[in-house]
Amino acid sequence: MFTPFHDPFFQRALLAGLLIGFTNGFFSGFVVLRRTALSVSALSHTMLPGIALGILITGTLTQANAFIGALTAALFVGLGSVVVSRTSRIDQGTALAILYTTAFALGVAALKYLGNYGDLQHWLFGDIRLVSSNDLWLAFAIGSVILLGSCIFFRPLLLTLFESSIASAQGVPVRAMNYLLFLMLILALVTSLQAVGCVLSVGLLVAPGATMSLLTNRTTVLFWGGGILGAAGSVVALLCAYWIDIPAGPAIVIVLGTAFLLAFLLSPKYGLLNGTRRS
Amino acid sequence: METETHSEHDCCAHHDNHHELVISNVEVSYGSVAALRDISMATSCGNRVALIGPNGAGKSTLLKAIAGLVPRRRGNIQWRGTAVKKWSREFAYLPQREEVDWDFPITVSGLVEMGRYPHLGLWKRYTAKDHEAVENALHTLGITDLRDRQICELSGGQQQRAFLARALAQEAHVLLLDEPFTGLDRNASESLACLLAELSGEGRLILASHHDLDSAPQLFNECLLLNLSQHDFGPTSRVLTSSAIEKAFQQSPPGLND
Repeated sequence: MFTPFHDPFFQRALLAGLLIGFTNGFFSGFVVLRRTALSVSALSHTMLPGIALGILITGTLTQANAFIGALTAALFVGLGSVVVSRTSRIDQGTALAILYTTAFALGVAALKYLGNYGDLQHWLFGDIRLVSSNDLWLAFAIGSVILLGSCIFFRPLLLTLFESSIASAQGVPVRAMNYLLFLMLILALVTSLQAVGCVLSVGLLVAPGATMSLLTNRTTVLFWGGGILGAAGSVVALLCAYWIDIPAGPAIVIVLGTAFLLAFLLSPKYGLLNGTRRS
Repeated sequence: METETHSEHDCCAHHDNHHELVISNVEVSYGSVAALRDISMATSCGNRVALIGPNGAGKSTLLKAIAGLVPRRRGNIQWRGTAVKKWSREFAYLPQREEVDWDFPITVSGLVEMGRYPHLGLWKRYTAKDHEAVENALHTLGITDLRDRQICELSGGQQQRAFLARALAQEAHVLLLDEPFTGLDRNASESLACLLAELSGEGRLILASHHDLDSAPQLFNECLLLNLSQHDFGPTSRVLTSSAIEKAFQQSPPGLND
C-alpha cells in the first residue's frame, strides 16, 4: 500500500504538492479578501500564450522564460483591461473576459508550433508527476518569496484590501501594495501551472482560502489555515490519484473542492446545515 | 509606513496650548477640472467643524485633501505648527459608509486593531500598550461587547462607532468624517451627536461634511460654507444665515460630481 513512497517520481510529486499547495493555499487568503477570483481565472489562462511565446522566441522551455512570458502576457491583459475600461463604456470585467479568452485562444493556436512542448493536455491540466529537482527548488524559492513578501507587508496589505482610502490616509503606499499582490499572484500561478495546469490552477488559488473563510473570522487562521489545507489537500489527492488511478491535477482540485463543499455544509458558524447562519 | 513626525504626546485636553489646524489657499483639481479652490481656515482642538455646501461643492474632496488622499495643487496645511506634507498619523479619515466593503471578513476588534498599524509599522510587535489603546477605544465607544462580531453584523450606528474606535486607537486628534450622519436612524444620530460632542470635549478636532442644514447648528459649532470655493468660515450661528445658504446653494458648480 505504501509502495508509492519508494518511487522517486512520486516522492518529488509529493514534495511539490506540499510546496505548491501551501504557497497557493496561503495566497488564496488574499484572493478571497480581495474578491478577485475572476481575475485569477483570467490571469491563469493568460499565462498560456505568454509561455508559448517565450518558447517560440527562445526555442526552449525554462522556468525563467516561462515566468517572464507569463508575467508579460498577464501584464498585457491586466493593464489592457484597465485601459479599455477607462477609455470606453466597457467595464473592466467584460474587457478582461474578452482579452483573456482571446489570449488563451492565441496560446492554444500557437501550441502547434511548439514542437515537443505542444502537448495541450499538459498545459491545461499539468502533471505533477513529471516535476524535476529543479522545479522543486523553484517552487521552494517562489513559495519563500511569497511567504516573506506576505508576512513582511501583511499589515499594509490587509489595510489596502479592506479600505484603500483609510490605508492611504494612514500612509500606506496603496499602489505599491497592489503591484506587490499582482506580482505574487503571477508567481503563485507559475508554480501551480506545473501541478494542475492553467485551467485548474484557479481551484488551487481560490478554494483553500474560501474554505477557511467559512470556518474562521481570524485573518491569521485564514492565511496559515489556507496554506495547510492546500498542502494537506494536495498530498491526500496525490495518494488518492495513485490508488484509484486518476490524473493528479484534477484529483487535487477535486479534493480541495470537496473540502470547500464540506465547509459550506457543515461549518459550525456559517454552514448551510447549521441553522445559525448570518442573515 | 514612514510617519510624518509629531512627538509622542497625550490627548490635547491634557495640554495647555491649543493645537491649531491651519488651512491656507488649498486648491485641488481632477485633471484640468478645478474641484476646489481658495480654501483657507484656521481652527483648533475641541471644535466641531461642519463642511456645508450643495452636492459637488467639494466637501468630500476637501476632507480627502486634508487626509492626503488627493494631491493638493496649491496651498498648505499646518497642524500644530508643522506643515503636513502628505499625511499625518494624527489625522484619521472615515469614508462615507456606502464606500466601505462591509462584507470584508473582519471583527470589530480586528478593525480597531488596524488603527494601531501606523504606530506598529511593518514589524513592531503588538504590545500591551497597543492592546490597551484598543481596549480603551472599544470602551469609550461602548462597543466592548461587540468586539467579536463581524462588521457586517453591525447596525449603521454601530458601524460608525467601530470606525471611530479605530480612529481613537490610532490616537488621532483630528477626525475627518465624510457624511457621518447619512443613513443613521434618529436614535443612532442622537447618540452619534453626543459622542462627537464628547470627543471634541476631550480635545479632539472634528471636521465633517454634512448635508442637513437644519441639524448643523446643534451638531457643529463652526462651519465652512463652500461651493467649489469658500463662501464663509466661522461660528455656525453666524455663517449659516438663510441668505448666505441661498447664495452658496444657488450658484451651481460647472460639471462637477462629488
